[in-house]
Amino acid sequence: MTCLVDLMRPRIGFAALRLLETAGCRVVVPDAQTCCGQPGYNAGEFDSARALALKLADEFADCEYVVVPSGSCAGMIRVHYPTLFAHDAIHRERVAQLAARTYELTDFLVRFANVTALPGRFEGTLTYHDACSGLRELGIQRQPRALLAKLPGAKLVEMPDATTCCGFGGTFSNKYGEISSAMAGRKCAAIGQTGADAVVAGDLGCLLNIEGRLRRLGDDNTKVLHVAEVLAGEPE
Amino acid sequence: MQITSAEFKRKASAALRDTQLQHALGRMQSHFVDKRAAAMRELPDVEALRDAATAIRARALRDLDQYLSQFERAATAAGAEVHWAETAEDANRIITEIARAQSVRKIVKSKSMVTEECALNEHLEREGFEVVETDLGEYILQLAHEPPSHIVAPVMHKNKAEIATLFEEKHRRPRLDDIAALVGEAREILRPHFLTADMGISGANFLIAETGSVMLFTNEGNGRLATTLPRVHVAIAGIEKVVPTLDDAAVLARLLPRSATGQSITNYVSVLTGTRRDGDLDGPQHMHIVLLDNGRSRLLGTSMEPMLRCIRCGACMNHCPVYQNIGGHAYGWVYPGPMGAVLTPLYAGIEKSVDLPNASTFCGACVAVCPVKIPLTDLMRELRSRQLAQGLRSSAERWGLRAWSWAAQRPNVYAWIARAAARLLRRLSGRRWLPGLSNWTGGRDVPTPEGRTFRELYRDRHPK
Repeated sequence: MTCLVDLMRPRIGFAALRLLETAGCRVVVPDAQTCCGQPGYNAGEFDSARALALKLADEFADCEYVVVPSGSCAGMIRVHYPTLFAHDAIHRERVAQLAARTYELTDFLVRFANVTALPGRFEGTLTYHDACSGLRELGIQRQPRALLAKLPGAKLVEMPDATTCCGFGGTFSNKYGEISSAMAGRKCAAIGQTGADAVVAGDLGCLLNIEGRLRRLGDDNTKVLHVAEVLAGEPE
Repeated sequence: MQITSAEFKRKASAALRDTQLQHALGRMQSHFVDKRAAAMRELPDVEALRDAATAIRARALRDLDQYLSQFERAATAAGAEVHWAETAEDANRIITEIARAQSVRKIVKSKSMVTEECALNEHLEREGFEVVETDLGEYILQLAHEPPSHIVAPVMHKNKAEIATLFEEKHRRPRLDDIAALVGEAREILRPHFLTADMGISGANFLIAETGSVMLFTNEGNGRLATTLPRVHVAIAGIEKVVPTLDDAAVLARLLPRSATGQSITNYVSVLTGTRRDGDLDGPQHMHIVLLDNGRSRLLGTSMEPMLRCIRCGACMNHCPVYQNIGGHAYGWVYPGPMGAVLTPLYAGIEKSVDLPNASTFCGACVAVCPVKIPLTDLMRELRSRQLAQGLRSSAERWGLRAWSWAAQRPNVYAWIARAAARLLRRLSGRRWLPGLSNWTGGRDVPTPEGRTFRELYRDRHPK
């Protein structure tokens, strides 16, 4: 589970669990897990990131697959963990194995779970924001759209420049708040052009950034939803 | 060039409020991004070509010493004289000496970012030479006494009306408002300079090792005039610009203009080899090639070596959402955008440009378009790591990182902090300002957490 989901939107976590269970998976959430190490890694604090990578590898050692409801955390494990251990002969193999069986949620569902009927229901128009790490590190673009297309009432309207960064960037969003807000502003304008009822993305960081800017600009109507929430719907 | 990167935040903030600049930046999408995408679609296999280009540049760097020696031998055989400059000051001194020895009075220049790195114009003017920039954009900047804000389109921060006012004032002619007329006026003023200049100075897009040639890609024709009309031609280039063969350059030529301006090829492609030969109709009597190190060789064999592959197309900044919002001047040195965020700390001082590698969301748009696949975000991250090791980041940030790292390795502590933070943020919901988050709250509301953490709820539902 990602730190932001834990802190801000637990319902996204439970939505991810419902989707995986619907797909027939047995899901465990190791209690001792904390952070994948991405904030430290991107700040240049590589030693902490390595310590957290090994901690995570231990906690998920028994799992056949590791599924993450975030492209950036999944990208951290899949793409950046192996880089961090490239010169570490002792741990390299274990980290590589973890990386190879780690997937972003929608990517996992499309690849391995033959989901025909999704539990979610959505009536109205959606627009999808491609979060950067998922898109460029993991190639997440077609997967969420394919899954959203299975919801009968949901109509996807593409925004211009859906692949342009929303300006979140982790600590960037607070360190360079003005630039970050300006980037979010452009994203909000693109969302506004679609007239969609909801903007959907696969990373909560982007969603909080977009939601914060939308609300500040006075848009209280456009829903801001994680793709897992839309696909899983409300709990029974 | 004087570095002002320490003022990044202040300048970026001013840029965001500059409506004229914002209007100019708004044109980037159609001028650069869309055009590049269309030009790339003409190619049968962009990825294969990017791989080939990357391999060529990597090969040139791996045996840089040999290719540079080969280049020197070939260029010398063709009648040019090759000079080696370790620093910007060395380059300035060498060019001044050449100019003195040739009794030069007037110098025309074709666009060159390396000469910005050396602040060559200022140096030559101080030494008493008349220097005229002949690239239209650079000419405008010379009149306005401004630095370039983009490596390919140096004057992209200015609009037509500003240029019209500038020309009216500096040329002392009636104001013209039509672009073609403004270009015509600049051309009329620049033409006599080409004919009366004693020396032409150019950069080099590539140096061809096998032939000793300087290769230039230009659009205005001024580059060809500046390098062939005056009796002395001085080309100055970073040592990393060498490529083994003309065939290699041809591969890069398919990517450079497409990546830079979305053209399948520039209006002019010049391969300049040596001095005027018997029977040649034009060409300089003396050709000098100044090869500049200025920090480049220090990167060889290090994790930063991939940066030397850069062919200066500008695609990284054109596609950078940070650059698209603040423009080039905020970066505070010669090279803006993602490539500048790596080069400025390496060439001009890591301690003088702490913001640059940090002012990126790591969205990766630059990496995705780089024709020579430079891992720009990885290099910025590596520079962030060096900043930490050198104690260059704020103490708040260092302590914050230390606290985060300590807590994240202790699940109970981490869970408790998340619990407390979720409750605190919920209680504070609706506030438009929060301590420690003021840069967030300046432009965005703080989202309200649900209240309990995922971990708490999950434990409730899955009792051990």
